[in-house]
Amino acid sequence: MTGADFTLIATLLKERSGLIITPDKGYLLETRLGPIVRERGLASLAALIEVLRQPGSDALKNQIVEAMTTNETSFFRDSHPFDTLRKSVIPGLIQRRATRALRIWSAACSTGQEPYSIAMTLKDHFPILGGWRIEIVATDISAGVLERARSGTYSTFEVQRGLPIQMLVRHFDNVDDQWRIKDELRRNITFRPINLLGDLASLGTFDIVLCRNVLIYFDQPTKTRIMHAIAHRIAPDGVLMLGGAESVIGLCDAFSGVPGLRGVYGHAAHIPPKPASWLNLPVSAVS
Amino acid sequence: MTSPLLCLVVDDSRVIRRVAVDMLQSLGFATAEAEHGLAAVKFCRTNVPDFVLLDWNMPEMDGITCLRALRAMDLEPPPRVVMCTTESGMPKICEALEAGADEYIMKPYDRNVLLDKLELLGLVARA
Repeated sequence: MTGADFTLIATLLKERSGLIITPDKGYLLETRLGPIVRERGLASLAALIEVLRQPGSDALKNQIVEAMTTNETSFFRDSHPFDTLRKSVIPGLIQRRATRALRIWSAACSTGQEPYSIAMTLKDHFPILGGWRIEIVATDISAGVLERARSGTYSTFEVQRGLPIQMLVRHFDNVDDQWRIKDELRRNITFRPINLLGDLASLGTFDIVLCRNVLIYFDQPTKTRIMHAIAHRIAPDGVLMLGGAESVIGLCDAFSGVPGLRGVYGHAAHIPPKPASWLNLPVSAVS
Repeated sequence: MTSPLLCLVVDDSRVIRRVAVDMLQSLGFATAEAEHGLAAVKFCRTNVPDFVLLDWNMPEMDGITCLRALRAMDLEPPPRVVMCTTESGMPKICEALEAGADEYIMKPYDRNVLLDKLELLGLVARA
């Protein structure tokens, strides 16, 4: 791939999605765009880029952005954040929310495993929420993955990644050789195409925002911009949950880490010095 | 230094046993092999594995019969049993869980699936 070809794709990705791709990650272009090259019957990635240079290639541009921004996921990915949700974050919110309403945002939901993992956690561990108004909003930049997410249908291989077999039995129906999440879990989830660099105000305000393994793909100013936009979408005592390799440090002073809870952040002005009192939980439960 | 956990791989295909053993050994487990359920039950009379990777369809004694036999032996500590089979329908999964399976892998599978399942059972440390 020539330097000019790489720059063309890198610029397209940066402008449309904020995604930063550096020359050392050039191999990702080959692996992620290979299927598009084959689908269009082209001979090579270079031929695809030639098509991209022609006027009227907007559909191809969208396809490239989707292919490059879709990332591997699994049910209960990294497991730790879901333990934190179950043991600390949700019990704390249940105690604080007299309105008996909870809004949760899965901010880059890909093919839906994260929002469905949240829905399964609520269903299995918090029967008290049966009488609450629960809304899970799941967004992604890619319309293609959202369509898959909305279908709630997964291959045998996909349901074996991170999902305990007892949960598969409880929450899925076996349809031919596919697995479909039960309607009662899909009901509480709204899927919407959202570019994190766009206007987020229409989403409303959330008690919990999960934005995991997303920031790592953006440059510093873009990370800061997204963090500030998300800060405006979180209730004063709500929380932001980031991926294991991500942090707000040096990016956004609106957030502070919640002491004792790895990867969990709250509005800086709202976090009291004692985490247990903030969470309304005994310290022993916050592990 | 603690000794590695022992996994008994039960499958009538030598190739499938080999692949599973390679994956398990690369994850730091000790392994033993049995070519059918009867051989697995015999093995467990003298050794208690930490977990069993158990195929369903085998000659001599199939996996579900073997699972029931292992649970009836009241081994201490009871080994974790992961069914590992081409049987992928909901009725078979429920039957295995009722018989005492702890996890269930539908073939074909890869190292990531195996790793995820072992993490769920606490047999390998979570990342």
